[in-house]
Amino acid sequence: MLIKRPDSIIPSEITDESVYLNRRELLKRAGLVTAGALAGHSVFASASDQGPTGRVLEGIQKSQYSTDEQVNSWTDITTYNNYYEFGTGKEDPSRNAVDFEPRPWSVTVNGECDRPGTYDYEDLVSGRVLEERIYRLRCVEAWSMVIPWVGIPLSSLVKQFEPNSKAKFVRFKTLHDPKRMPGQRRRNLDWPYEEGLTIEEAMHPLTLIAVGLYGRELPNQNGAPMRLVVPWKYGFKSIKAIVEINFTEKRPVSSWEQAIPNEYGFYANVNPEVSHPRWSQARERPIGAGVFASKKPTLMFNGYADQVASLYTGLDLRKNF
Amino acid sequence: MKPGSKSFFRLTKPVVFLVCLLPLVILTASAFSVAGLGLGANPIEALLHEFGRWGLKFLLLSLAITPLRRWTGWNWLIRFRRMLGLFAFFYILLHFVVYAVLDQGLDIAVIIEDVLKRPYITLGMAALLMLVPLAVTSTKGMMRRLGKRWQKLHRLVYVIAILGVWHFYWQVKLDTLDATVYALILAGLLGTRVYFARMSRRSG
Repeated sequence: MLIKRPDSIIPSEITDESVYLNRRELLKRAGLVTAGALAGHSVFASASDQGPTGRVLEGIQKSQYSTDEQVNSWTDITTYNNYYEFGTGKEDPSRNAVDFEPRPWSVTVNGECDRPGTYDYEDLVSGRVLEERIYRLRCVEAWSMVIPWVGIPLSSLVKQFEPNSKAKFVRFKTLHDPKRMPGQRRRNLDWPYEEGLTIEEAMHPLTLIAVGLYGRELPNQNGAPMRLVVPWKYGFKSIKAIVEINFTEKRPVSSWEQAIPNEYGFYANVNPEVSHPRWSQARERPIGAGVFASKKPTLMFNGYADQVASLYTGLDLRKNF
Repeated sequence: MKPGSKSFFRLTKPVVFLVCLLPLVILTASAFSVAGLGLGANPIEALLHEFGRWGLKFLLLSLAITPLRRWTGWNWLIRFRRMLGLFAFFYILLHFVVYAVLDQGLDIAVIIEDVLKRPYITLGMAALLMLVPLAVTSTKGMMRRLGKRWQKLHRLVYVIAILGVWHFYWQVKLDTLDATVYALILAGLLGTRVYFARMSRRSG
């Protein structure tokens, strides 16, 4: 297993986690840390990196689908998350998901398929080859990160469930458990979070079910134990902590689409030519590049146009944003 | 030392000034990772949002002086209002500088497009431009020169505060709780003015 690390740190340079959490707590109580501040990150690119941590996953294979771009640091990837189940601030999930227990875990499969049922996490993942897929994640908020996911192609799972000819779409649901997911105690989105793909999108070789990050088990704040990753779509399509997979003839409505239909569409393909009603999608801010780095042009389908554009022939991408 | 006396102001004014500078000091320290502080994975966004929020906080603080003075009878509070107003302008200006220089890389075409095409940026820019004449006319000399017109001009601050909070509210993706708190505080501060105006009309 070969995983690129953005920078190497000697152990003595790393602040012990308990020390650094205590320091934060003290500063917070003194009112010194404002909402946007988090320990140990300089304006001049990724100065400090706290990770990686968590159980090491064995037998990971490299993938031809990986990008060779410089990956973001563990700290960037695990402290800047949109995961409203654990709070709406970017750093909320890294704080509020600490006690989340992603085991035991099972996924209910139902709808238009020949092998419905409830599958244990272990039954779904064990015996399958884990691949490292380094993808750039482009958020609808016009920032991006390069993330070394570990996972299995969604297509191999879908095949196992044997969808029938009526299965035109796949609908996913996140766990709904306000006791374990404190963000769900507020109704900003209509819980549980739901997302959907066409069956063709679900079967595409780029579409991944991620169970790991940086060669480790997926951290809670990144969607443990299993989440979707669709690299040519805006990040909100990549639903986290999946508990249900439903094959359906009817197009599902995704949670963000339901909340603000004129801003977030079902397809949500990365598209520099179609602006969000409140901001441009032409360029993106690469996370981890420091304050003096300029934005980068956003690529059609996040750079995967050659592989996925054919899925959308004849579809007006301005209307079906 | 009596509140309102010369020695009182000589001591408290520099202290208040330094306290008002604290957000800038802490954000600068965070930007350079001093003392374990930091700005998180997206430092530009953090600076942008923090300067904007502090600008609004100082704007609301400056608007709180008059109602506070009426309720408490502490007339000396008025002597701090100009400083709070100027700090509001200062932080809002920094908010704009972070946006224009760090976020948009001084790309004038992109900035113009933003101001024209994105209503929440239009509002924010309008508020910033309206703040400029208020800052320029904040000196004692200007107050004297403008006389009654000074007060009329400075009533613009009500419009600016409404536009500023609206700008904040409008750019939020979904969770409007924070922006709602700002809006409620502003509504309260403006509401007391309406109340006081009515009371004085009734008694007068």
